[in-house]
Amino acid sequence: MDAATRRVRDGTRLNQLIVVRLAADALSDETRSRAADGVVAYSGVCTHTGCDVTDWNAPAQHFKCPCHESEYDPGDAARVVSGPAPWQLAALPLKVVDGLLAVRATFVGKVGFAQPGSPSGE
Amino acid sequence: MLTRSSSLESSQSLRRGHALSGLRAAAVGAAAGLSALTSLIQSPRAAEPARDYSAVTDARLVSPEPRNWLMYRRTYDSWGYSPLDKINARNVQELVPVWSASTGTAEGHQAPPIVNDGTMFVTTPFNQVLAFDAATGELLWRYQRRMPADIRMGHPTNRGVALYGDKVYMATSDTKVVALDAKTGAVVWDKAVEDYNGGYYMTMAPLAVRGKIMVGVSGGERGIRGFVVALDAETGQEAWKTYTIPGPGEPGHETWPGDSWKTGGAPVWVTGSFDPALGLTYWGTGNPGPWTGDRRPGDNLYTSSVLALDVETGKLRGYHQYHWNDSWDWDEVSAPLLIDVQRDGRTVHGLVHPARDGYLWFLERAESGISFVAAKAYVKQNVFTSIDPTTGRPTYDESHKPAVGHLATYCPSLWGGKDWPPAAYSPKTGFLYIPANENLCSQMEGEEIEYRRGQQFTGSTNSDFSVAPGATHIGELQAWNVKTRERAWTHEYASPNWGPVLATAGGVVFEGGTTDRYFHAFDASTGKQLWQYRTNSGITGVPTTFEVGGVQYVAVQSGWGVDAQGMLGRIDKARGTDTVVPQGGVVWVFALHAR
Repeated sequence: MDAATRRVRDGTRLNQLIVVRLAADALSDETRSRAADGVVAYSGVCTHTGCDVTDWNAPAQHFKCPCHESEYDPGDAARVVSGPAPWQLAALPLKVVDGLLAVRATFVGKVGFAQPGSPSGE
Repeated sequence: MLTRSSSLESSQSLRRGHALSGLRAAAVGAAAGLSALTSLIQSPRAAEPARDYSAVTDARLVSPEPRNWLMYRRTYDSWGYSPLDKINARNVQELVPVWSASTGTAEGHQAPPIVNDGTMFVTTPFNQVLAFDAATGELLWRYQRRMPADIRMGHPTNRGVALYGDKVYMATSDTKVVALDAKTGAVVWDKAVEDYNGGYYMTMAPLAVRGKIMVGVSGGERGIRGFVVALDAETGQEAWKTYTIPGPGEPGHETWPGDSWKTGGAPVWVTGSFDPALGLTYWGTGNPGPWTGDRRPGDNLYTSSVLALDVETGKLRGYHQYHWNDSWDWDEVSAPLLIDVQRDGRTVHGLVHPARDGYLWFLERAESGISFVAAKAYVKQNVFTSIDPTTGRPTYDESHKPAVGHLATYCPSLWGGKDWPPAAYSPKTGFLYIPANENLCSQMEGEEIEYRRGQQFTGSTNSDFSVAPGATHIGELQAWNVKTRERAWTHEYASPNWGPVLATAGGVVFEGGTTDRYFHAFDASTGKQLWQYRTNSGITGVPTTFEVGGVQYVAVQSGWGVDAQGMLGRIDKARGTDTVVPQGGVVWVFALHAR
C-alpha cells in the first residue's frame, strides 16, 4: 500500500510478494541488510516461467515453485538452490516504521522471467 | 530480402521511435494496460520482388506432393511418413549437414520444419516463426512475438505452424492464434481464444481443414475447462467451439461430482488427425485436475480420451476413454494414427494410439463413432489389472492409484510409456514406430488444494521418481506390426528418449531424443542403426523430409528443454548423476554427400 495515498499496488501480479520471518542466524550478510527484524520480502514470480511461488519446503526452509519445482533460499538472497530457475528472486528491502513493515527501496534484481525477442535496446 | 514483423494487439500501427518509449513506460508501470501491448510493429524493409508462394488448398492438404511437408505429421492421418526414397537404407550413411541456423532461443524446440515448395517455416519457444529458403538456408523473414510481462508461461515451447491459403498460422503461449502472410511474415489477424490469466495457454500446431483453423488449449495443471475451437482461416472469426468437459444437461456431465467439472482440465495440446471420408477430426484429451482421482470420483468424461468432432460443426460424434478417473497425470493428447488394415475379410478403419498409460490401443473409427478393438502393453505397467474385452475399460490395482492420504508408486512414470513425441507409421513395412521410455516409475500422494484462478491446481505432494533397480536402459524405439499387433523390433538407449519419429519410403526411420545429442537413422525393417550425427543440443524436434530441385533433405531442430529436461533432472536425482545437456536451438538440414 502506498502510505501517502493509501492505494494498494495490486494492478499487476508482478507486484506480488512473498514475506517470511527467519531466525537472525539464518540470514546472509547481504540478506540481513535488506531485512527488518528478521523479516524478508521477495518477488513471488518465479524466474523460470513466471509461475506464482506458492510452496514452502519446511525442512529446508526454502521457497518452492509448484510448476517445475525450483527452490530458492530466502536466507541467502533467494538464490536458486535447485531446479530450472535461471536466477534468484528479486529482493525487496524492508524497514520498520512505527511498528509496521514498510518498503525501504525498490526491488533489487529483475522481477519475472527472461523473454527472448526483446526489441533491441530494451 | 529479409523482413521483420511482429504484432500489436490493438489496431494501432506505431513507428519505431514512438513505440519504444511507449513500451518502456508501459513495462515499468503497474497499470492493468500492461497486457495490451504485446509487441512492437516495425515497418518492413523496402520490398524487393517477392518469392512465389504456392497457395495451400484443401486438395493439396488431403494429398500433398511427396516433395512437401505441409502439416505437423505431413498428412491428416498423422503417420509422419514421407514417400520420398532418394535417401534410403543403402545410402543414408552418406548423410551430411548442408546448412544450419541458430534460432536465437533456448528451451525445448519441438516444432517440425514445415516445407511448401522450397519455403521452410519453423517455430521456436516464445512464439517465434522463422521462414527460410529450404534448400539454401537463407533467412527470408522472422516474426517474434513478445509475451505479456505477467504471463505464467507454462511449457515454453511451440509445436509448429499450420498452412492454409497464403497464410501461416501459429497458436501462442498467451492463448491467441496469429495469422501471418506467408511471403512477408506480416500479421494479418491476431485472435484471442481465451484469457491467459485464467491458466490457459497454447503450444500445439493448429490443424487446418476446409477453411478452418482448429486449436485446443493447455492448462490441465491449472484447473481450466478444456476445449477445441475452430476459427475462419480468412478472418479469424470463431466458427465453432466444443468443450472437452460436458456442461450441465449434456451427456457425460454426470461423471463429475459437484462443481468439479468447471476446473476439470481435459486440455488438448497436440494436433488432431482428420478423416476426409468421414469429415471427422480426432483429438486426444489430457489429464483431469486436480491430479488424484479421489478428489473428483467418477469417470470424468472426456479426460484421457479420443474425441471425434465433426469438422464443419464441432459436434461430438463419438469418443473412447482410454482410462477413467486418471490419477497418474497420464494425458492422452497424442492424436491417434488413422491406419486401415485387412482383418477377417474386411477393412478395419483403425485408430492406433500408443498411450501415456503404457498400452498400445487399437480402436475402430466409423461414422457412428469409435469402438474398442484391442490393447497391448508396450512398457511395464502395474496399474491395470484387467481390460474388458468388449469395451476396453480397465480395472485398477488401487494400491498403485494415488489419493489424498495414500502415497502410491506407479509405473510407467507420470511421463508415461510415451509422452507427446509422435510415433510414425510406414505403409511399406506396416510398422508403427514408438519412441518409448521403460524402467521409470513415479510416486505421489494427493493433498487438499483450493482453486485459485490461473495458478497451479494439481494437489499432489511427496512426489518422487525412480529408475528400476538394475535397469540397463531407459529409452527405446519400438517397431510394432500393426496388423498382427506384435512387436517386431526394439532399439534400446541408455538415455531417456524424447525423439519424435520420421518414417520414409526409403526404408529409414529417423529420430533424435537422447541426451548425447545424436540424430539417429535406423533400418525400418530390421531396426539396425545405420547412421548418427551429433548435433549442438538434445533433439526433441519433429524431423521432416522434403525435396527441392530434385534433392531430398532431412531437417530437424535440436534444442533441449521442457519436460525432456525435467525428466533428466529426475533421473539424475534418482541416480546421483549430473547429465549436462546445454540448451540452444539450431535448425539442422541434411542431404546426401554426393548430391
